[in-house]
Amino acid sequence: MKGSTFSSSDVVKIAKLANIPVSNDQADELARGFTKTMTVVDELTRVDVAGVEATNQVTGLENVLREDEIDTSRMFTAEQALAGAKRTHNGFFIVDQILEEKV
Amino acid sequence: MKFNTLTLSQAVEKLKAKAISHAELYHDIYEAIAEKNGELNIYLSIDDDALKKAQKLLDTPLAGIPIAVKDNFLTSGLPVTAATKLLEGYVPHYESTVTKKLKEAGGVVLGKTNTDAWAHGASTETSDFGTTKNPRNTKYSPGGSSGGSAASVAANLCVAAIGTETAGSIRQPASWCGVVGLKPTYGRVSRYGVIAMASSTDSPGPIGKTVEDCAMIFNHIAGKDPFDGTTVPKPVPDYTNNLKKGVKGMKMGICYMDHPKITGTDVAHAIEKAGKVFEELGAHVDIVPMSRVLQPGKVFIPDYAIGVYTVVQRSEVSSNLARYDGIRYGNDRSIFSHEAQNRIMLGTFTLTKGYADRYYVHAQQVRTLYRKNYSNLFTTYDLLLSTPSPGYALPIGASSGDPLFGELQDILVEPSSLAGITGISIPCWIDAKTNLTLGLNIMADQWQEEKVLQAAYAFEQATDWNPWVKS
Repeated sequence: MKGSTFSSSDVVKIAKLANIPVSNDQADELARGFTKTMTVVDELTRVDVAGVEATNQVTGLENVLREDEIDTSRMFTAEQALAGAKRTHNGFFIVDQILEEKV
Repeated sequence: MKFNTLTLSQAVEKLKAKAISHAELYHDIYEAIAEKNGELNIYLSIDDDALKKAQKLLDTPLAGIPIAVKDNFLTSGLPVTAATKLLEGYVPHYESTVTKKLKEAGGVVLGKTNTDAWAHGASTETSDFGTTKNPRNTKYSPGGSSGGSAASVAANLCVAAIGTETAGSIRQPASWCGVVGLKPTYGRVSRYGVIAMASSTDSPGPIGKTVEDCAMIFNHIAGKDPFDGTTVPKPVPDYTNNLKKGVKGMKMGICYMDHPKITGTDVAHAIEKAGKVFEELGAHVDIVPMSRVLQPGKVFIPDYAIGVYTVVQRSEVSSNLARYDGIRYGNDRSIFSHEAQNRIMLGTFTLTKGYADRYYVHAQQVRTLYRKNYSNLFTTYDLLLSTPSPGYALPIGASSGDPLFGELQDILVEPSSLAGITGISIPCWIDAKTNLTLGLNIMADQWQEEKVLQAAYAFEQATDWNPWVKS
């Protein structure tokens, strides 16, 4: 992309990274929306932030830890874990294959 | 009198005194729902067993009163969709901390309210199940994203409600529907079991008929939660204790009166009058001038918060919504509607190697400037006054086609959300022609909800804008 202008092929690349299927028409519409949005975001370059630390959190909490113990009261049974899944087999989730044999 | 119009404090008192029964209260609420929900489209699901649950709870603090909960809280045994078709049919096996605590205090989850899909929006118009209408005038939007919750309170279809705010999503619908909405300090209320949107700003909070009602609900949901590492281990006071102490001697600063979106509008007039009310009650009220660069004693222009919020929110959304892969629950990623696609993909872009520094890190640096600005202003002022929305509710359909609709609507609260401070919206004006309301946003530094509630209560008692408050 040039500056903050997005083309539909830019959108298609991002869609792949985000794992979201988009049609050509959707890509055109999204590209227009991204261009408009990022034009507003680019206003931020006018703000001088030299030497300013980034805010990643606002509570000031550090190193919030807990004991590495199993909390059985919060454990799902296998049935509960699978209850929302559309595709199951013999008590397992079915997932799409992501690895392929090297040829 | 119909019992669904009772406030929370009145309902609890009357139930405990046996002046009314649970059956009478729930009858009137279910009747009002049957009459109005078809048109207003507030509830996505309703628990038909709510009355039975309530009848066992008389001896609890909340005595079994019905609470409407935004549909992004996990509620064991009740469907949760976040107003999306992607999650249609999902029934969780665990409970959000907020609803768990409410139930332990004797609240009953009456039903789940409409919201923008994934809480992405400021009108409920991005909901996959249709928009909610504003009960004050059905040609208008209730605001959002917690529009269903605010509308349920405004229409007396519950006694009190729960919403979530990332930037304006409690206060703006409260403002547009003429009810009270408290956005707590980030980290004061647990996010456990809330469908995550922007994890660094999401703040669950109460929406009620009165300030006292919000304080009563807030008492039960605030506090450290071992299941949410961002909640802070500070003691939780009884938020009703200081309500009646007034504002005498408090220093207040009115913000954004010189902002082009405010100057000369009804909002400016209403805020100015609110300032006078506080002065008459003994507070010291200043107008805080706005500045385009960070300067002590001036409020930093809110316009840059649009860009900061957009980048931070989209980035966090892209990460949070990566989990919806259709494997464990819900449908696959082809079901995301336009707004979610837009936000996930833009956030994916702003976090991409090579762009993350330019966008994400830069935005987080500007965010620091807003935090510094508030730290400075709160050395002078106890409270800052403004409005959650630059105007009245907009007509149904106003958000259509604008990828930044919510961000532009929420411009005046985005700085406070990014800084994680607390604020409340209370009614401060009614337009006689449209019956639409404006909200007064009273903000304080982190963890100062008591002060916010105290001032809001004083205003509510001194004015006639809240129909549930009998003078």
